[in-house]
Amino acid sequence: MSKNKVFSGALRAVGGFFDRFRKQSFAYPYVLWMALFVVVPIILIAVYAFTSAQGHFTLGNFSGMIDYVPVFVRSLWLAFLATVICIIIGYPVALAISRMNPRTQRVLIMLIMLPMWINFLLRTYAWMSLLENTGLINRLLGAVGVFDLINSLHAGDAAYTPITHFQLINTNGAVILGMVYNYLPFMILPIQSVIVKIDPFVIEAAEDLGANSRTVFRKVILPLSLSGVVSGITMVFVPAVSTFVISKLLSNGTVMLLGDLIEMQFAGAAYNPHLGSAISLIMMVIVVICMSLMNRFGEGEEQAVMM
Amino acid sequence: MAKELIRLVGCRKEFDGEVVLDSINLAIKDKEFLTLLGPSGCGKTTTLRIIGGFLRPDSGDVLFDGVKINDVPPHKRKINTVFQKYALFTHLNVFENIAFGLRVQRPKLQEQEIERRVHEALELVALKGYEKRSVSQLSGGQQQRVAIARAVINRPQVLLLDEPLGALDLKLRKDMQRELKQIQQQVGITFIYVTHDQEEALTMSDTVVVMNNGRIQQIGTPLDIYNEPENAFVADFIGESNIIDGIMVSDQIVRMYGREFQCLDKGFAPNEPVDVVVRPEDIDIVPVSQGQIVGTVTEVTFKGMQYDIIVDFQGFKWLIQTTDHSPVGAKIGVKIDPDGFHIMKKSEYSGLYGDYSSYSAEYDELSADPEGEGEEDE
Repeated sequence: MSKNKVFSGALRAVGGFFDRFRKQSFAYPYVLWMALFVVVPIILIAVYAFTSAQGHFTLGNFSGMIDYVPVFVRSLWLAFLATVICIIIGYPVALAISRMNPRTQRVLIMLIMLPMWINFLLRTYAWMSLLENTGLINRLLGAVGVFDLINSLHAGDAAYTPITHFQLINTNGAVILGMVYNYLPFMILPIQSVIVKIDPFVIEAAEDLGANSRTVFRKVILPLSLSGVVSGITMVFVPAVSTFVISKLLSNGTVMLLGDLIEMQFAGAAYNPHLGSAISLIMMVIVVICMSLMNRFGEGEEQAVMM
Repeated sequence: MAKELIRLVGCRKEFDGEVVLDSINLAIKDKEFLTLLGPSGCGKTTTLRIIGGFLRPDSGDVLFDGVKINDVPPHKRKINTVFQKYALFTHLNVFENIAFGLRVQRPKLQEQEIERRVHEALELVALKGYEKRSVSQLSGGQQQRVAIARAVINRPQVLLLDEPLGALDLKLRKDMQRELKQIQQQVGITFIYVTHDQEEALTMSDTVVVMNNGRIQQIGTPLDIYNEPENAFVADFIGESNIIDGIMVSDQIVRMYGREFQCLDKGFAPNEPVDVVVRPEDIDIVPVSQGQIVGTVTEVTFKGMQYDIIVDFQGFKWLIQTTDHSPVGAKIGVKIDPDGFHIMKKSEYSGLYGDYSSYSAEYDELSADPEGEGEEDE
């Protein structure tokens, strides 16, 4: 009897060990992947950032960044504006979707995801051809006589040069538009998924206690959906602050962002990987700070995800 | 008791063409503890939600103090609800959860007034000192108390409770039953309580409303409901009952198993077919020679306080609860006093209940943990 017990106990212990071992072993490929393609590159970036072209330790890369402060400011500002616009558009959309019946919700969510099936570059190129001076929008406005009308208002003004188009492309606005267009789904989805999870009885409880629908929204739905907003902010702000394709295509280099700057240091004419690494490092620090600030608000359930 | 407070007049409700409530007529008195009792899907929660204003009856009226309130939204009714799974605000602490009803009031209340009343409510539910706790840190019983405190903070005239103890374990449930009754007496308001637990209903209520299939089967005091069930459904749902086909020969004489028994019931037509209810605890086991009827024991279960034995009387199996042990296979006689019989008119439920042939299955079903059975209606 007791022998049996000892034996089964030992068996269980061995089984437990194997269990644990097996479960852990599933993680090894991922750990390896992370080590190779995340940790090592970050170390390399750090090494590059603190060395000169001759391989000596230096802080010169960082002090050299002073010239690029405006780029930092512009990047953060445009990404901030894009994020705010995404919230303003995305939250009501998410709220409206989450109130529909589950089948309609699925269809609408699919429609929101649908553009993402098209290549990111193609979508942005499409915006180029829409926004160009001779693009679809300007041609349409011209065809309906908008420019003629504006020009006619200035008739007799000698200093006036007639316009043939609006300057849409190559502006901050175009870059923001590109960001909002590309990243809006990442704002809508997390908010919607949090709102649908709110217990309908909690909303009924608030009504029952005397809250009208506006108060219910303000005091119950909004606070309970903030974690979704926080995830949304992270998922829009982080890619927006580091993008270079959108600004490159929609501003043709006139609106330079951090992403463009870094790209130039590695792949462009200004080849200087040491400076590029230093900028990347600083950008990473800024993003991490922003995220940890945001996560403090959205504590709990939906932890914001990077990348 | 006191004056009438709420009246439902011919309330009917359908969901997707399915009738869940069929002409409900119900009067609820002020300061009464009334329980809507019935199995899942009987319409009890729907009735509660109609009273709370979360549903509108398709036809029929809801009167409050004599005034029709069909179109009054929940937040304008002097009725508050304790929800099945508490539905607490997880983003607020205990204090703010309870204060919610006060904070949404316009004109705004003074902060001191809010504090005073929240503390009062906390005292009522014995949760003093928990103000700053987050509700997710509380146990089920404590969350339940917060839900009650939150619901009474606006001093409603009626409190609706939708299976509030359903998620608690048995021991805690018993304690909370007693406490709820105390709270009701302390605040002196009407409680309308929904449950499928017959024992809970009998323990706490002034009035029990037994429902099934969207209709009220019987309204009465717990004693009435138990002793004078209206039909086979009620007799079977409340407690245990043997229900036997019988013929009312004349006043106070009922015939079953080919012989006549003395009973106390009267007022039936001569030779009217009836359902005869005999409660398992009203049956005495006697030697075969002295038995009014004789049967064979087929099953014995020890239940702690008593034995549940199943006895076969000419193919119809009875449940008898007794403190005397009789072995399986034994022939026994039984004797039933006149007050042990209860005679009911035939109803749509006749023949559906009261036979213990499939005893164990049925008993398990009745005593099964009711958890998760709440999703009825809609």
